[in-house]
This record gives sequence, structure tokens and C-alpha cells, in this order.
Amino acid sequence: MGAETPAIEMRNIVKRFPGVIANDHVTFTARAGEVHALLGENGAGKTTLMNILYGLYHPDEGDIYVHGRRVTIHSPRDAIALGIGMVHQHFMLVHSHTVAENAVLGLAGTPFLRPAQSVREQIVALSERYRWHINPDAYIWQLSAGEQQRVEILKALLRGARVLILDEPTSMLTPGEARQLFAVMRQMAAEGRTVIFISHKLEEVMEVSDRVTVLRRGRVVGTVATRDTSPHELARMMVGREVLFRLEKKPVQRGEVVLRLEGVTALNDLNLPALKEVSLDVHAGEIVGIAGVAGNGQKELVEVITGLRPVIQGRIFLDGEEITNRDARFIGKRGVAHVPEDRVHMGVVPNLSVAENLILKYYDTPSFARGWFLDLQAVTTFAQQKVKEYQIRTPTVHTPVKLLSGGNIQRLILARELAFQPRLVVAAHPTSGLDVGAMEHVRQLLLRQREEGAAILLVSEDLDEVLELSDRVAVMFGGRIVGVVDASEADVEAIGAMMAGLNTTAEAAA
Amino acid sequence: MDWQVFWTAVLAAIPAGTPYLYATLGEIYAERSGILNLGVEGMMIMGAVVGFGVTLSTGNPWLGFAAAALAGALLALIHAFVSITLRANQIISGLALTMFGLGLSGLLGRRYIGTPLPVRVREVPIPILSDIPLVGDLLFNHDPIVYLSFVLVPVLGFLLFHTRLGISIRSVGENPATADAMGVNVFRVRYLCTVWGGVLAGIAGAYLSIVYAPAWIEGMTAGAGWIAIALTIFALWSPYRALVGAYLFGGVKVLQYRLQPLGVSPNLLNTLPFVLTILVLLMATGEVRRRRIGMPAALGIPYSREER
Repeated sequence: MGAETPAIEMRNIVKRFPGVIANDHVTFTARAGEVHALLGENGAGKTTLMNILYGLYHPDEGDIYVHGRRVTIHSPRDAIALGIGMVHQHFMLVHSHTVAENAVLGLAGTPFLRPAQSVREQIVALSERYRWHINPDAYIWQLSAGEQQRVEILKALLRGARVLILDEPTSMLTPGEARQLFAVMRQMAAEGRTVIFISHKLEEVMEVSDRVTVLRRGRVVGTVATRDTSPHELARMMVGREVLFRLEKKPVQRGEVVLRLEGVTALNDLNLPALKEVSLDVHAGEIVGIAGVAGNGQKELVEVITGLRPVIQGRIFLDGEEITNRDARFIGKRGVAHVPEDRVHMGVVPNLSVAENLILKYYDTPSFARGWFLDLQAVTTFAQQKVKEYQIRTPTVHTPVKLLSGGNIQRLILARELAFQPRLVVAAHPTSGLDVGAMEHVRQLLLRQREEGAAILLVSEDLDEVLELSDRVAVMFGGRIVGVVDASEADVEAIGAMMAGLNTTAEAAA
Repeated sequence: MDWQVFWTAVLAAIPAGTPYLYATLGEIYAERSGILNLGVEGMMIMGAVVGFGVTLSTGNPWLGFAAAALAGALLALIHAFVSITLRANQIISGLALTMFGLGLSGLLGRRYIGTPLPVRVREVPIPILSDIPLVGDLLFNHDPIVYLSFVLVPVLGFLLFHTRLGISIRSVGENPATADAMGVNVFRVRYLCTVWGGVLAGIAGAYLSIVYAPAWIEGMTAGAGWIAIALTIFALWSPYRALVGAYLFGGVKVLQYRLQPLGVSPNLLNTLPFVLTILVLLMATGEVRRRRIGMPAALGIPYSREER
């Protein structure tokens, strides 16, 4: 097939879900031998479009052509037969089964008896070709996220995929694993395959793709060659307006101490020391960023402050009042806002509505409660106001939160937590997994809280974010704070060394 | 209790445990595909009454077993339709099936009460092998339905763990979205396994009324279906372990008969299987934690492709 016949052509695809148009006359073309990025904010319709191509959803309107031939794709089975493979953001793997068992699941042409044996050699061969080191007999639960993703790609290749769709493939990966993945994507494109790559991260789109198609609110904004564009242009196409890459941070007079930790020690879930004599002050009108490699006590730090983990030694004060080992409700009532790391499981109740989630912390306050009863009118009014104020994209305030995208769930959590002027905001990875538009919004909200005099503790793995937002940066390593530096004078190299546990006298023994 | 008494009790545990074994094997298949069927008791009792009735009118116990399997399958089909196609709550649907089966069997069986069967299913000793001391009596001196169960256990175990179909069934029960994305027909697999569970439950019931009793007594399953559901958990959803559990409960049933003449209160004895059920479930949970195996992850959850 020549270069003139696109590998995939989707014309005027329309897909409606109750209350939203996920794809509004989308036309998308991908060629053989290219890495084609599908860029857009959360909820822009990228995944929906690809789920249609993979046969998981059926389009309400529109046509699909594969190698110039018009096709109807009823199910993933049809898509696989057409040489289309998809690696979902949440891996489609059976955790209690082995790599080989996962690989043969639904695979045509394998023997009825002992099918897993029949693909072991192919798995080993593919694994060598892409330098993967996958043991076909390993159980999926034993593998890291990066390895699981390789199994997913392997599954698609075993089924003869000429077109491979990767849905936000780097969201679960470490930077090193992401680089390896990009190399494999290039290699597959060089072999003449088509790699369609769904992402909302500008840097990786710039790094790995040949062409980019940008979606916004279910419509195609345009398709451009990567070498002819810039991150700025892509961001503007994605969000529909100029995006501030540098935030404006107003000077704020630092106020009194709001949060004080004195020699706090706590254990992790395995009963091993995770926080070791941590002392830290956070003042009103100040953002203190916690930098560090994940797993060095950040999670436990957030949990002891918000009352979710017992302190075994040391004391914690909020506005001078001791809150050591008080429960989360007590602490929350005293004006501590918590933006949790795991937003779907800890931040919201997915089956409850937007309105119900918005009042989770306040349902028993006079604003919403009349004795034993809820004032539903007040709840709805409050929710509608917050949805507007925080630009939460939802069909109605009575929609279950599980139907919202990640960025909108995060906006909802912030809307709830910041509703009644908190004294302290504890934000754990508040922008992880969000697209640029939502990320900017969240950062601005945190800065606004700072201006309004709240104390903010920001935990993030994104060092650039920490440096940009914080007034002071505390570096954690091995459960200790190994250094506190002024963000304006911070030296990235020095912080990096502290994060790695080097360059610190305090941790020389550990 | 001397050796001879003990040994006859062990031998008696096998036929006593056979209905548990069939019902448990069936429930294992249904649950492995993600469908929790609490209607085992109902399917068993319907198998018992239909099997008895057909055997009585035709004089052929094998036709009775076939009819019982069909009755179990039909009841399971109701559960499959309600919980797979209509995506209704599986617990409610299963409980309804049990109540329906108990009620209907009572109605259908009224005329069979006190009627003896004209034919008996007898032990068929296997020549030569049955003459081996101890082992011969233990394994080679049973009725055909027991032999069939001896064959079914390894066959169903192998099918589940080492074949294409088995991988599909287990994947559908663990992660139907994945199985669907890989081109497995989730609905077909679930229907198949649920109905197969009904077939085995029907046979289990018929074994009680045609072979074990043999008679029709209203409510004669007496909770055996519930024990099968507990055994499914004890077996950790493995056909091989089901064998152990079924004979363990068969042994308890035998024990009940043996202890009663010694003056132990029959009411107390009737609680024995359920006390054992609790113990067995406690043992199973410990094992689940240790070995990282547990109930199929999608058990009881209806599957729908476009629902996120």
C-alpha cells in the first residue's frame, strides 16, 4: 500500500453519551509508518474516538476506512482481525494469570489443550526484539506497571497488529520506562506500523510523534506536523486560549505559624518507620513544597497531618492547638483542607452525585442541615454555584461523580475543600495526571489560597511545579526532612542531590 | 469406635458427599465466570423431584437423571437471563431461584410422598480392581454416578486450568472488560457456565432422590445447596479441592446417623454441617490471604460494555 492510502481514516465520527457529545463530526487520518499523537484535555474525546476504532463503542454517525477499505467494527474481535490493537490506559490484564495465559486469551489459532505453551516461544522472540525481558510464566501481579504495559503491547503484536493505539501510555510509567517506550514506538513505526498515541502531555508529544491531531471538546482543532509546531501552539489549540506557562506569583507577607510539626515519627503500612523526627513550620500566606522521590515519607506526612495515620512520637499543632492523633473529622472541622493523592478513592464517593460529594465535609453544618434532615434546596444551590465557580464540567449537579473526567473530579475536590476558607491546605500531587488547562487552574487556585492567607503544604513529584509554586522547599529523604531552602534561591542540582540522599550530613548514616 | 466402624463410615462418606461434589463443581464453574448463583438449593431440589418423577413414570433412572439435569439447566437459565442479560442483582435473583425451587418442588412432589421407586441404582463393582483390599472398596465399588464424579473432577480441573475455554472462563470471571477487549464473548461464556452449573446441581439433587434416599421427601436437600456454596469458597474455586470438601461434609452427614443412636440430641447433630461450614470458611479465608488467590474478582458484578 502506498503512502497515499492512509492506514486509518475515520470520517465525520459522531458519538453521543447521555448529556454530552463525546465526538462531534471528528475526522482523523493516520498513515503507515508514523507515530501519530492524539492530543487533548481530559474529556476532549480522544479515548472515545479510539474506543470506536477498536470496536468498544459504536459510532452514532460516520465511516471508518482501514487501508482504504470501508469497514464496520462491531467488537474488538473485528478490530483485531483488521490488524488494530489497543493498549488501554488501565491495562486490560488478568492479574491472577500468567503472561502467557493473558497472551492467549481470545487468541485465534491456538490449540484447545495447553494453549499457553504454544505462545511461549513467540513471547520470548518478541521480548528479545524489543529488549523487554518478559518471562512468559510470570504472574501479572508480580510485574511493574512498565512491564505490564509491555505485556499489553506484546498481546497486540501477537495478534498481528499493524495499527497500535496507546492510550496515555506514560501515565503509569517512570521517566526511564517512558524513554524506553518511546524507543519501542519509534522502532514499531520504522517497521511500517502505525502508532496512535493518546496524550495530554505536550513534552512527550513533541518528543515522540511525527504528526499531531488536537481535539477539544469532542471536535478536531487541527492536524499538524510535529516539526512545524511548538508546545505553545499545541497548548493553545488544546485549551482554546493562551496558556500561562509561568504563573504570576504575587508577593505575600508571611503570617503567623499555622502548622507546626515537632519531632513527628510514624510508621508505614508495613509497620516500618516512615517518618523520623520530622519538624516543620508552615506559615499563613506561604506555600511549603515537599520535594522528594516517591516513597520517602511524603504520603505518611500528609496522613499524620490530616489525621489518617497515628503519630507514635512527637506533636502536631494547628494554630497553636494540639491536633496530634486527633481524627480526620476533628482536624477537618478546624479548617484543614485535604487534597488527597488518590483522588478517586480518597477524594470522592464515585457513586454519589456531584452535589452530594461537594457537601461531604459540611453536610452536618447549619448551612445544609435542618436537624436530622438535609436542606436539599441549599445543597443544590451550593453545588450549582461551585460547579460554575470552579468550571466543573458535568451534565448536572445530580450526575454521579464516577462519570466525570479526572480533571473535573480534581476541580470538584478543590471546590469542596476550599469552600469555607481553610486555614491549612494539604495538597498531595494535586496536578498529577491532569492536562495543561486543568493543571494551570489547580495551580492558580492554590496561589489564590496563599494570597487569602492560608498556609499550604504542597507535596509533588514534579520538581518544576514545587519550585514554581512554593515559597520554601523542604526535601524529604528516608523519612526525614534533609533540607529546607528558599524557593527563590533554590539550586535544582542541590535539591536533586538531596532527593537522592547525597550531600546531606544528616543522612550520612542512613 | 473400632476400625471396622470407622472404615464403613469412611466408605459411606463417599456416596453421602457425592451430591455436594456435583453441586460444588457446578457452582465453581458459574462463579469462575463471575456469576454468583445462590439458587443451588432450588436447582437441586427441582432436580430431585423431577428426577424422581421421571424415574417413577419411565422406570429408567438414567432418564430421571437426564430430566433432572435439564430441570437444573432451565432454572439456571432463568438466573442467567436475569443476571447476565438484564444485569439484575445476582444475590436477589439467586435467592428467588431457591425459594421458587423449594416451593414448586413441594407442589410437584406432593403425589410422590411415600411412593417407593420401582428401580434402584446399584453399585457396580469393577472387576478385579474392586478386589484390591481397602482401595477396592474405596474407589471401585460404587454406583455409576459416583464413578462419573471421579472422572469429572480431573476433567473439569484440567479444562479450567489448561485449555483455551478454561482461560476464557477464568478471565471472564476476573476481568470481563479485558476478556471482551480480547475478543472473548463474555455473555456466551457466562451463560454457558451458569447453565452448566444448573446441570450439575440438577444431577446432585437427583442423586439424593433416586440413589441415596431413594425417595421423595419435601425439602429433602435440607441445606445441601448452601453447603455447596460454602464448599465453593473452601475449594478456592478449584475442582480438585472440591473433592476433599465434599467428602468431608459427606463424612459429617454419616457421623450424624452414627451418633444419633448413641443418644446425642438430633437437633444438635443437625447443626453439625453448619458448624463445620463456619470452620471451613475460616480456614479458607486464611488460605486466601496466604496464597494470593481468592474469589474471582468480577464475581457478582454484571458486565456492560459501555458502562465505565
